[in-house]
Amino acid sequence: MQGGVYDLIAFAKKVGAESAMFLVGSDSELPKYEGTVYLADVATCGEYNPDVHKQLLLEIIGKVKPDMVIFCHSSYGWDLAPRVASALKAGQVSEVVDFVDGLPVVPVCNSKLRRKVAVNTAMTVLTLQAGAFSLADDPTGTPTLEKISAGATGRIEFAGYEYAEKGGVDLTKAAVIVSAGRGIGKPENIAIVAGLAKALRGEYGASRPVVDAEWAEHNRQVGTTGQTVSPKLYVACGISGAIQHLAGMKKSEFIVAINTDKDAPIGEVADVLVVADLKQFIPVLTEKIEAM
Amino acid sequence: MNILVCIKQVPDMESKFKVNGEGSWYDSADLAWRMNEYDEYAVEQAVQLKEQAGGDLTVLCIGPERVKETMKKALAMGCDRGVHVADDDSFKKDPFSIASIIAEHAKTKSYDVIFTGMQSQDRGSAQVGVLAAETLGIPSVTTIVGFVFEGGKITVKRELEGGVKAVVKLPVPALVTCQLGLNTPRYPTLPNIMKAKKKELLTVPVAELLKTSAVQETRTLYFPEKKGGGLILEGEIGELADKLIKILKDKTAVLA
Repeated sequence: MQGGVYDLIAFAKKVGAESAMFLVGSDSELPKYEGTVYLADVATCGEYNPDVHKQLLLEIIGKVKPDMVIFCHSSYGWDLAPRVASALKAGQVSEVVDFVDGLPVVPVCNSKLRRKVAVNTAMTVLTLQAGAFSLADDPTGTPTLEKISAGATGRIEFAGYEYAEKGGVDLTKAAVIVSAGRGIGKPENIAIVAGLAKALRGEYGASRPVVDAEWAEHNRQVGTTGQTVSPKLYVACGISGAIQHLAGMKKSEFIVAINTDKDAPIGEVADVLVVADLKQFIPVLTEKIEAM
Repeated sequence: MNILVCIKQVPDMESKFKVNGEGSWYDSADLAWRMNEYDEYAVEQAVQLKEQAGGDLTVLCIGPERVKETMKKALAMGCDRGVHVADDDSFKKDPFSIASIIAEHAKTKSYDVIFTGMQSQDRGSAQVGVLAAETLGIPSVTTIVGFVFEGGKITVKRELEGGVKAVVKLPVPALVTCQLGLNTPRYPTLPNIMKAKKKELLTVPVAELLKTSAVQETRTLYFPEKKGGGLILEGEIGELADKLIKILKDKTAVLA
């Protein structure tokens, strides 16, 4: 079952709403939930089949007549939600991080800003940022199950999953991670970051742009589409702190950021933000640590 | 083959943002502008498809006069022609209206493939591509990190969470939204920048293409309270290093 289902339940609780759930999955794996689950069997309607999932969901929406339809802001949710929003001519607000005065709040410009959004359609579609809403207590409940089936076929064909190569470094086991972000400037400077990691007896990691540029291997990537880590110490070097990166490291025990931008979003999670050019600062820091 | 790539001009995300007078958006004064990063991958893939399959590649961009600078980069990367939808108020529009403008343009053009970025760096609603495809009645797939066109069919890889990808096939005409890392966007060479100056860049007033109104608006835009509460250290590098080492000794077991 896709993670995040409890985020959705938590949101409904927070806004004091009755809810029902549409789930593409199997009856052997149902969430702990007090409402009705309209279950479409994933074996028949497909792992990724937006046409069919949309049709089924629209049927349920027609039945339940909700005020809001909420999804996780995930590769599944941001793909399906606009299809539903378009069919219903319902305004969609994406990546909601809060709900204040009856209005969804979303991040703007890499989370440097926020905005409250007012939708003027009868129904609203929301996608929720992962982890922005969580249940205060452990989930409980057994859902009422209603099975639904697909008549439609889709235009889009799912042809299997590809998994990341195993092997190489396992960042989830490292006590200290020193990560390189775009601020390192060029691939040669990975050595500076790796040097500090070594001095601290840890591993070096990387943000997405560094891996996309092939300056570091994918198994060193920290973030939503890489590893989620929670080491004793995380040092973010030249990393601005995009939401997807923060999601992968914000649970680290102690976070140090080294950045020339005092306002970089990484500052939101950092225990210490060192305002400095990493190319000058890190070698000095590494030398002092090695001399200890 | 007829290809469309839709791009957006956004501010550099390292900019110091200010809230505008009405509190409804960020102030556009004193910002450095660039192509939305996701759209760079879209343009590159569109150019690669044109190089492979032949045909014509149009770049479309909605916004005020300054967006033409960004469009010229797309032309220099290899787009054949540009359509500038002139709109000083594009920042006020919602995903529905932006998508409807694109669909209105595309509906008479028989594009085989439409490329967009999966989201914009400023608003990040991640809706426009799919909304446009739904309006046009063509299949769409989001978040692609791989793209192959072969035998009249598109095979893409969708990036999912946790390092997993999904392989997906779809027929043309179709729309795909591009994720970072899909390819390596080329730097326009000087000869191509010069050639781009001669390429057709048509301006269309937005009123010609806008058939719907926005269904949502920004009620207020603001800076979040900094809940960070972290310590900010500034100063001379040697001293900063000493301070940080002391903090690591006090607060963590790492330098014990």
